Amino acid sequence: MIPMPNLDVLGFLVLATFAVLCGLSVILQKHAVASALSLVGVMGSLAVLYLMLGAEFLAAVQMIVYAGAIMVLFVFVIMLLNSGSERPAKARYFAYLVGIPSLLAFLGVISFFILKELPNTSSVQFGAFTQGGPAPVGRLLFTQYLLPFEVTSLLVLIAIIGAMVLAKKEID
Amino acid sequence: MMLPNAVPVSWYLILSAILFSMGVAGFLIRRNIITVFMCIELMLNAVNLSFVAFSYELKKIDGQLFTFFVMVVAAAEAAVGLAIILTVFRHRMSLEIDDVSSLKN
Repeated sequence: MIPMPNLDVLGFLVLATFAVLCGLSVILQKHAVASALSLVGVMGSLAVLYLMLGAEFLAAVQMIVYAGAIMVLFVFVIMLLNSGSERPAKARYFAYLVGIPSLLAFLGVISFFILKELPNTSSVQFGAFTQGGPAPVGRLLFTQYLLPFEVTSLLVLIAIIGAMVLAKKEID
Repeated sequence: MMLPNAVPVSWYLILSAILFSMGVAGFLIRRNIITVFMCIELMLNAVNLSFVAFSYELKKIDGQLFTFFVMVVAAAEAAVGLAIILTVFRHRMSLEIDDVSSLKN
């Protein structure tokens, strides 16, 4: 009889693999629309990972706001500008020869320090932490974090006005 | 192959680091403005994952609230950034970042 694998482990491995593959697809696809769809895949798998970490409201918001609203905005702009595939690149040796190896070194160093400095973090179990529902999040948001919340509303207002001013056609 | 019995939080942090590095790599090697912008969104998502992972580790939801603020900033940034991209495209008829280099030199 095959032992039943732990679903927390299996779910993490499957979702992490899917997220990494979709992330590679984001940076390797030639067409912007394909990159956008791959980014939706990354966001969806991250939403399920949030769910496994006990952030249920955040998972819903991730799907609705990120994968819904923001990515639809991206796809609108891609369709509107009708950008085809990229021109074949002229070789950017600096980015490939210096950027990518130093990026890999950065990744190695940061993984090393995560494993060295945090050797016995608690193991993730679905359902072990259930404070991420709308009620506790809302309570904290409207008491302790009220000022950042209000500042955020101002920021969004400025962003709306700025986007309208920037994108409107010049009427001469 | 033996699967481990449980996933520690540090694996989530490493996944976050991998996704962040992929975002930086895309930012460096891509030349379409919209794709570069999507790579920035990928980096923001990776940071959000590490916020949520630390929130689980510390058993406090403050980290999740920071993720909310990052999401709001990302939404505002997407709106303004895409408006800027529209304006650039209208004036230069191009989406290549190499064509938009007036500030260089």
